[in-house]
Amino acid sequence: MQDRNHLARVTTTHQVHIIENGLIDIPMLQVLKPDGTLHEQAEEPEITQEVACKIYDTMEYIRILDERMIGAQRQGRISFYLASTGEEAAAVGSAAALQPQDMIMSQYREQGALAYRGYTTAQFMNQMFSNEKDPNKGRQMPIHYGDKALNFMTISSPLGTQIPQAAGYAYGQKMAGLDAVTICYFGEGAASEGDFHAGLNMAAVLHCPAIFFCRNNGYAISTPAEEQFAGDGIASRGLGYGVKTIRVDGNDPLAVYAATLKARELALSERCPILIEAMTYRLAAHSTSDDPTGYRSRDEEDKWRLKDPIQRMAKWLQHKGWFDEAANKALIDESRQAVLSALKEAEKIPVNPIDDMVTDVYDKVPPHLQYQMNELKAHIEKYPQAYPKTAGRNK
Amino acid sequence: MAKMNLLQAINNALVTVMEQDKQAMVFGEDVGHFGGVFRATSNLQEKFGKSRCFNTPLTEQGIIGFANGLAAQGSTAIAEIQFADYIFPAFDQIVNETAKFRYRSGGQFSCGTLTIRTPYGGGIAGGLYHSQSPEAFFAHCPGLKIVVPRNPYQAKGLLLAAIRDNNPVLFMEPKRLYRASVSEVPEEDYELPLGKADVVQEGTDITLLGWGAQIEILQQAAEMALEDGISCEIVDLRSISPWDAQTVAESVMKTGRLLINHEAPLTGGFASEIAATIQDKCFLYLEAPVARVCGLDTPYPLAHEKEYMPDQYKTYEAIKRTLKY
Repeated sequence: MQDRNHLARVTTTHQVHIIENGLIDIPMLQVLKPDGTLHEQAEEPEITQEVACKIYDTMEYIRILDERMIGAQRQGRISFYLASTGEEAAAVGSAAALQPQDMIMSQYREQGALAYRGYTTAQFMNQMFSNEKDPNKGRQMPIHYGDKALNFMTISSPLGTQIPQAAGYAYGQKMAGLDAVTICYFGEGAASEGDFHAGLNMAAVLHCPAIFFCRNNGYAISTPAEEQFAGDGIASRGLGYGVKTIRVDGNDPLAVYAATLKARELALSERCPILIEAMTYRLAAHSTSDDPTGYRSRDEEDKWRLKDPIQRMAKWLQHKGWFDEAANKALIDESRQAVLSALKEAEKIPVNPIDDMVTDVYDKVPPHLQYQMNELKAHIEKYPQAYPKTAGRNK
Repeated sequence: MAKMNLLQAINNALVTVMEQDKQAMVFGEDVGHFGGVFRATSNLQEKFGKSRCFNTPLTEQGIIGFANGLAAQGSTAIAEIQFADYIFPAFDQIVNETAKFRYRSGGQFSCGTLTIRTPYGGGIAGGLYHSQSPEAFFAHCPGLKIVVPRNPYQAKGLLLAAIRDNNPVLFMEPKRLYRASVSEVPEEDYELPLGKADVVQEGTDITLLGWGAQIEILQQAAEMALEDGISCEIVDLRSISPWDAQTVAESVMKTGRLLINHEAPLTGGFASEIAATIQDKCFLYLEAPVARVCGLDTPYPLAHEKEYMPDQYKTYEAIKRTLKY
């Protein structure tokens, strides 16, 4: 039996000395200035032209996708959408610093990470139209993407549940001896859930190679960050759990990229979790069911429009001589066209056959579920006009 | 064959799995070097190392969240919740995550390799928070399997099947029997089927249905009834979800009467579900209403534990009432 001393790291004082929040300074890493030049003391991360341009193109693509899909929702073509406008650099810049074998467990505003991995426009559309080409079989609301081939875990709506799961997934990767980490995205609101505490504490104690990436975008639906927590953001909590932590400018793609690159390296070499707090702003509404004019001002939003990560990256690429104006314009036009035509295509594809309602509850359909399905089919046959999506395909 | 108590049978099943399956990991509060508060995981850390059998921080939602991720990654995750009474912080992870992982991803991901072990039930002077039987909460959740063994032989065979089953399983261990029940248990590997009830004793006048530690109670009540010339058939449901309605219905069609016994409170207990199904399947065979002998609709009491429990005397009385109906 080993002797332990849980006071080993405790120092002693003889005055009543209450520690106050704010005594530990957690600065925010910033590499790019708004004009696209580097801060004097900033070091340009090691990044190839190919990766840099792919980050930029993906951010542009996501901005277009978001605009078009909000439009599609307003036209009543899909039921729901959730844009990432203004936060593209956080998801895309971090995903770019990962390897394809790394697992991504996202919240719901990280479509940029998924697009960077190679999810196609058609795949986005099939999920959003919940048609039979969606591998998730049309079972979840729009934007709950998931793709095993791309190591992108299927999204679930409950907030923060992916945080302890990421610890477990990363532990499994470590035990299997894989050269892989798990990145887990969430917002500053979700960090109020008990799962955040449980997940970070477990990841730290069990030495899980996971990157916890918080998008602190200032709002959880309408609740501003100052009504969400009283401490110094989310980063200060990482230190409390004994988790290595960094805060970055989430609207600075190079800072996000550099921080995530370093986080991945540390997670693998030291077999430990890392917390990244990316400071950004949700320029979009929470979702298409939300209207921010009820809780924040236009002026506030305009100030953040000036910090647009896409503009910032474009200027840096121009300084580097990596920005091709004509090619960029062509890409924008192509993306718009591609989204529109994929949308038209996806809405024509039927939903899964009714039998898929009872598959995947268990690995095999148990008898009681098969019985319920048979009864349902007989009922649909009797009232086909009430169930037009499935009646015609019912066998 | 060896004589084992229920804890030793559980431990033996865990050793069997961990020897064969290098991806199998056992974790939870105090399960490491200490071997768990009931000693179900004794010596696992010594045998298989700290990375495969380990303590977690005291966080049930964290344990199951972690377990979901570990299982989704492909490892065999065997999580312990120290008492079923403390499973509720993990309710969201179990109901919204474990149980829905496969369905929501169209079968791309699943927690099929997850087994949650937890001691449940009363009779140990545990009061409100060391006595509950929360099976009905989880039976309401599609995507989970729920299994309850009644003795050491059943415990080993069912646990091995639960761990290897490609669905998440909540494995509820009757802690009252941990040391009380000793039986012959094969030392070799064997499995007992999930989703299948077991006819423990054949009879002709009434079917007594229960699970876990209450099977003993049913046996005692059946002996009392036999002195009155009443022949009881005893069925151990073994799996609460999915449950074997067919075996129960066949028994009821033979005996014409059904009594269900469980420790959990009467209202909304799993007996309600069974009664509803059986009256649907066996309406014209029933000679009497389905009897339920259950806990009272109170929190689990301490000083009045004996009075609360659906014991052999209450069961015996219900048998006579049902026969006389």
